Amino acid sequence: MTLAVQFTDVSRVFGDVKAVDRVSIDIQDGEFFSMLGPSGSGKTTCLRLIAGFEQPSAGSIRIHGAEAVGLAPYQRDVNTVFQDYALFPHMNVRDNVAYGLKVKGVGKSERLARADEALGMVALAGYGERKPAQLSGGQRQRVALARALVNRPRVLLLDEPLGALDLKLREQMQSELKKLQRQLGITFIFVTHDQTEALSMSDRVAVFNKGRIEQVDTPRNLYMKPATPFVAEFVGTSNVLRGELAQRLTGSATPFSIRPEHIRLGDGQASGDDVVVNGLLHDVQYQGAATRFEVQLENGQNLAISQANTQWQQSAPAFQPGQQVTARWAREAMVALHDVEAR
Amino acid sequence: MTALASSALPPASNGPLHRLANLLYRKPNLYLAMLLVPPLLWFGAIYLGSLLGLLWQGLYTFDDFTMAVTPDLTWANLLALFQPANYDIILRTLGMAVAVSLASAALAFPIAYYMARYTTGKTKAFFYIAVMMPMWASYIVKAYAWTLLLAKGGVAQWFVEQLHLTPLLQLILSVPGVGGSTLSTSNLGRFLVFVYIWLPFMILPIQAALERLPPSLLQASADLGARPSQTFMQVILPLSVPGIAAGSIFTFSLTLGDFIVPQLVGPPGYFIGSMVYAQQGAIGNMPMAAAFTLVPIVLIAIYLSIVKRLGAFDAL
Repeated sequence: MTLAVQFTDVSRVFGDVKAVDRVSIDIQDGEFFSMLGPSGSGKTTCLRLIAGFEQPSAGSIRIHGAEAVGLAPYQRDVNTVFQDYALFPHMNVRDNVAYGLKVKGVGKSERLARADEALGMVALAGYGERKPAQLSGGQRQRVALARALVNRPRVLLLDEPLGALDLKLREQMQSELKKLQRQLGITFIFVTHDQTEALSMSDRVAVFNKGRIEQVDTPRNLYMKPATPFVAEFVGTSNVLRGELAQRLTGSATPFSIRPEHIRLGDGQASGDDVVVNGLLHDVQYQGAATRFEVQLENGQNLAISQANTQWQQSAPAFQPGQQVTARWAREAMVALHDVEAR
Repeated sequence: MTALASSALPPASNGPLHRLANLLYRKPNLYLAMLLVPPLLWFGAIYLGSLLGLLWQGLYTFDDFTMAVTPDLTWANLLALFQPANYDIILRTLGMAVAVSLASAALAFPIAYYMARYTTGKTKAFFYIAVMMPMWASYIVKAYAWTLLLAKGGVAQWFVEQLHLTPLLQLILSVPGVGGSTLSTSNLGRFLVFVYIWLPFMILPIQAALERLPPSLLQASADLGARPSQTFMQVILPLSVPGIAAGSIFTFSLTLGDFIVPQLVGPPGYFIGSMVYAQQGAIGNMPMAAAFTLVPIVLIAIYLSIVKRLGAFDAL
C-alpha cells in the first residue's frame, strides 16, 4: 500500500512556540485519518503544512511519494474544506464549485456539468444559482465539500468542518462524510477536537498534544489501550491512578488507566482476583442511559464510575451520597501508561 | 411575604426621570422616535429641503437686462445647459472627472493592497497617517503650492531637466487637449493636482474593502489550484470593486463640483464648479447656477446606476 502523506521529523516554529515538534506520521492511501487534540495542539498546523499554507521549519513532507516542501498550495494535488467554508461570496454556488476547474482551464460546459454532478453528490442539486449568503450553515458546508471534491483530489483535508453545525446536523454529516469517503476511496485527513467524532468516523486517529503526537492508532485501540495519561484522559473519560496508590494496587509505580464503565460499585464483600478499593461516595449523577458516581478514595483521589441503566423498571437508587462503598474492577481492565517522552 | 417581595425588587421610585425611563423602556418605538426625529428633521428640512429649494430656483427666470430674478417658472435655464458653450463645460468637467477617477483607482489600489495585506501595528498606523496627513492641510494651500511646483522654472520642470527629459515633456505638452505652454497651464497639470488631492478618498475605501477580505478566501483560491494572478483577478479584484466604486464616487463627484483647482491650474475655461461660482457670485444669475448644480447630481445618478448594473454592489 502506498503512502498518501508522510511526515518525517516535521517541525514548525512560530517565534518561540513550537506549534509542531518533530512529528512523523504515515497516512495510508484511501484512509480516513483523523488528527485529534485540544486547541493549540498543532493538529491544524499539520493540516496547513499538508495544504501548503505553511512551510515546515524542519523535516520532510511527502505527498504520494513526492517531496512537497517548497511547493505552493496551487501546485499540490490536495484540496481543503475550510472551517469557515471560505465560499466566494460574489459567485453563485455552481461557480464556487466550478472554480477549481475554471482556474485549471477546463471548458465551460464540462466544468458546469461536473459542478452540477458534485452538487448532486452532496444532495444540493438545483441549488446552483443561489448565492452562498442564501444558504444555511449545513448547506454551505456541503458546497465547500463539493467544491473540494470536484477537483478529484487524491487527498482531501478537512479542518473542523462540522464545528459550526448543531448536534443533529453534525451527526448526519458525520455518517455522510464517512459514506462519501468509502464511495470515493479518497484519503480524508480530518482535523477535530471532538473525540467522539474522531472515534466514530476514522480508520485511524493521531492524538496531538503540545505539538507532538501522543499516539496513532485505530479508534478501538485508542480507547482500550491508551498509551499515555493524556490519551487516556482526552479520549473518553478515564481514571488515571499513579504513585503510591498504583504501587499498592499493581505492585509497580507506573501510572495506569481504568475506564469508569469498567468499575463496579459494590457494598462490601470482595472476592476473586479483582482489584478492590474503598471510598466515600460523594456524588451521584443520573444521566439517563447511565449513572455516574464519584467516589473519594482514602488517599483523597476521586474515582469516576459509570454504570449503565439497563433495567427498564423504575427503581430506587441503590447508592446514596455519603455512603461508604467498595469499588472493584478486573485486573486485566487496567492499562499501564507511559509518558510520551519515555516512549 | 410582602416584605420579602418588596425588598427583592429595586426600590420603587416616583421621580420624574425614573418615570420617563420606565415609559421609554416600555415603549421602545417612542424611544426610537425621540432619537430619530431631530436628525431626520435636520436631514429632511434643512439638507434635502434646501437642496430641492435650490434646484427649484433653476426654473426661475433671470432677466438679462435688469439682472433681476423673478419666480416665473421656465425651462430656459435647463435648456441653456445644452448650448455649445455650456455643454462644453459639462463635457470638459466630465472627462476630467473620469480621468481622475481612473488614475486615482490605479494609483490607490497597490497602496491600499499593501496597507491591508502586508502592514500591521505601527507600520499600518504610519500608512494611515501618511495617507490622511495631506487632508489635514488646507486644500487651498495645497492647490496654490501645486501652481508653484508646476510653474515655469518650478520644481517639476527642474526635475525634468535633471533627468534630461525636457524634449519628452515638450512632446507631451504639445499634444492637443492634454498639453499647454507649461505644466501649470496644461490639462495634464490640472489632472495631476486633482489626482494628488483626491487620492486619499480613493485609498481609504479600497483599503477598507480589502481589509474585510477573509484570508481563508485567498487560501481557498490557491488551494483549488489558482495561481496568484488568477486569485487576484477572480477573487481579490471582484471583492474590492465595492471599495473602488465608493472611492470613485468621491473622486468623481469632488472633481465635478470643484471650482478652485480649475481656476488655479490648467488652461482657461470653466468647469461646472467654477461656472456655478461665477454665475451666482459675479453675475448673480442664481437660476443658471442652480441649473448647473443639477448636472453633477444627474451625472452621479447615471454613474451609480451603471456601477450597480456592473454588479459592483453584489458582494456587499
